[in-house]
Amino acid sequence: MADISFRLKAENKGDAYEIKALFKHPMESGMRKNKATGEVYPADFINEITAKLNGTPVMVAEWSGAVSQNPFLAFKVAGKAGDKLEVSCTSNKGDAGTQSTDLA
Amino acid sequence: MKRRTFLKAGLATGATAVAVNAGMLVPNTVFAAWNEAAFKTKSVDEGMSAVFGATNAADSADVKLKAPAIAENGAVVPIEVDATAIKGVESIAIFASKNAVPLACTYKLSGAAQGFAAVRIKMGETQDVVAVVKAGGKLFKAKSEVKVTIGGCGG
Repeated sequence: MADISFRLKAENKGDAYEIKALFKHPMESGMRKNKATGEVYPADFINEITAKLNGTPVMVAEWSGAVSQNPFLAFKVAGKAGDKLEVSCTSNKGDAGTQSTDLA
Repeated sequence: MKRRTFLKAGLATGATAVAVNAGMLVPNTVFAAWNEAAFKTKSVDEGMSAVFGATNAADSADVKLKAPAIAENGAVVPIEVDATAIKGVESIAIFASKNAVPLACTYKLSGAAQGFAAVRIKMGETQDVVAVVKAGGKLFKAKSEVKVTIGGCGG
């Protein structure tokens, strides 16, 4: 099982923090064919992402293979400076990654 | 006895394992909360009932769906759903109506999370993007047509 690497950023928008994550992943849907051989590329996509604010889950995203390659995710939380935000993701193959950042 | 339990477990998960084309899946993948049934539906309505248990979403101006009018590259279509005008948003789902599986992604929100989600999705052809938002037990939706110049699902 490989690690999924991604970047996590929290931006203070005044009334809330906008959390942005940029993942490095092929997001293979399992429907795409190799034109030369006719073989289907096996599915390999991030299917679940969980965000926790100070340890409490605030957002759970479920994705299909229709999400673009090297996916981008953004959501907003009404947090305060010093709060700890942790985002973890898993793929249909069981690959996983976790990143955390402090709200500022 | 152990063998018996193993066989039983094998039977129960067999269908799922075949479906994802891998015999040796780790249990936590098979039993993850990921809503596999919803991600196999073939229409927006089917997907909506699989995710929300209902399809009676009302059009709402409070669901702001930001999608490009023309997407030159169907492989990367930025979608933004802003429903912060609605209080207590519980979940958001994004559909691309003519994709093989229209349901692209869902977001369950709780606590400090606000009704907002952005993502980039693949779209095979020109079609409507539909955003459905659940708040206070009610469903709200917004849709927007995206003209796709080069499809993003082939290859």
